[in-house]
Amino acid sequence: MAREDYEIVIGLEVHCELSTKTKIFCSCSTEFGGEPNTHCCPICMAMPGTLPVLNEKVVEYAVKAGLATNCSIEKNSKNDRKNYFYPDNPKSYQISQFDKPLCYDGHVTIETEDGEKEIRIERIHIEEDAGKLNHDEYGRGSFVDLNRAGVPLIEVVSKPDMRSAKEVEAYMRKLKSIFEYIEISDCKMQEGSLRADVNVSVRKKGAAEFGTRTEMKNMNSFRSIVRAIDYEADRQIELIEAGEKVVQETLRWDDVSGRTFSMRDKEDAQDYRYFPEPDLVALKVSDEYIENIRKSLPELPESRRKRYIEEYELTEKAANFVTGSKYYSILFEESIKVCNNPKTVGNLIMSDIARILNEREEEPEDLKFGGAELGELVTLIDKGTISSAIAKKVLEELFNEVKMPSKIIEEKGWVQISDEGAIKEVVMKVLENNPQSIADYKAGKDKALGFLVGQAMKETRGKANPQMLNKMFLDELNK
Amino acid sequence: MAISKEEVIHIAKLACLNLSEQEIEGYTKDMQEILEFANMINDVNTEGLNETIAANEKCNVLRKDEVRNFGNRELLLQNAPSQDEGMFRIPKVLN
Repeated sequence: MAREDYEIVIGLEVHCELSTKTKIFCSCSTEFGGEPNTHCCPICMAMPGTLPVLNEKVVEYAVKAGLATNCSIEKNSKNDRKNYFYPDNPKSYQISQFDKPLCYDGHVTIETEDGEKEIRIERIHIEEDAGKLNHDEYGRGSFVDLNRAGVPLIEVVSKPDMRSAKEVEAYMRKLKSIFEYIEISDCKMQEGSLRADVNVSVRKKGAAEFGTRTEMKNMNSFRSIVRAIDYEADRQIELIEAGEKVVQETLRWDDVSGRTFSMRDKEDAQDYRYFPEPDLVALKVSDEYIENIRKSLPELPESRRKRYIEEYELTEKAANFVTGSKYYSILFEESIKVCNNPKTVGNLIMSDIARILNEREEEPEDLKFGGAELGELVTLIDKGTISSAIAKKVLEELFNEVKMPSKIIEEKGWVQISDEGAIKEVVMKVLENNPQSIADYKAGKDKALGFLVGQAMKETRGKANPQMLNKMFLDELNK
Repeated sequence: MAISKEEVIHIAKLACLNLSEQEIEGYTKDMQEILEFANMINDVNTEGLNETIAANEKCNVLRKDEVRNFGNRELLLQNAPSQDEGMFRIPKVLN
């Protein structure tokens, strides 16, 4: 199979639950995880005779999302009815938007290996979420919980501008970070408040037409999305190489088997019979309203990134990384207020903190410690109280329990040894035990010095001041 | 304007209705008549008019984002043919 002869084309429909207090069309709470059907009322349960009333915050949040992603705002918008039968949808239709979405023609910029790339956004519209179906193991039936029915969503539809799973991940992370900065959603993927329908097709490189696409619905982890795209692209290429055709269909990705499965056959071609929602009136947005929201937007990642490079002299890589999450960015800004060392803070976030989070399978929003702790940690490194090797150990501790780093090193006895007498003692002992290294060094093998310093570090369990060790070894060896 | 038997079958499928051969014929005729009735609207001159979005001219009827819980699950579930642990129980849905 000649995978490199093909180009993968990916477009995304990202669903994002808005963090309003109430549902989109009624005053029920949107809180996650309540007892089944306790955040429900006759409206979101679709009892006959009830009427929806639009939540003003939903409009505000959606316009915010549009402005933050460079969209135009539709001043004459409306809601439409999308008809489909499924037990998680009590009205047998979803109130959504069809031909007049609130936001349209936007874009976000992602950073790729080949530099910056613009991903176009076709539209952002508002709609209601569906309920949840629970299934039991005994096959006694399915159980409908409508707490989530009517929770407000925005759906962000991209153009098919992505060409690899990596670009898709970068795009999703960018949207997540923007929505976190403008505080319209908590974007918790594991709770389903950020999820994506992924459309994948392949075509021979240089082909003008797109290939037939398949859609994978409700993907809610970066890892699954990347795996699913790779699998699906391979499957389509194999089909084409074997002289077969890709069928346009909806697929379900199964994380356990690492495969996609067909969900609906072609016969059931989607036909939602959209029409203007008769239970709601028109939605008009004034220039003044849009400008007021524009003024209320916080500094967005793009501008922060530039500022971090200019003002704090972070590397491009570090600035990208730190501004990639609102939580990293806050941690960074709070920390440098304490320690005034943006470089070290940026590096610690990008290397050690990101690594530990990754090992723990956590996200930046799960960080328990803040700028006070990280700022003090960097101050302690700068003052020479601890070495950077010990700083890594303190960070690990901070993930287990939030305490001031000074307290941690005191309790653990991790204070760096900077006492000349104590260091000399170690240096002499190491030299005595390693006559061969002395001979090697004298014979011109500079590496021997590194070995000796390493031995001394081992001896002091990482606590010796490395600069002092180096200097003292050199002094002794050159005597 | 004519409606075909196939269209009736398709719409019935979308509406999750099982129609007998006889019913399909009946509905084809009925829907044809309804369409012809509605077709009168095409004779109205609508040039220069905007699309009607709702039955009245109002716009922006909005609600404040303040929680008011209904707080009576029993009442909401009272007409459910079957329920279990506060949920509607329905025939098993394959996912």
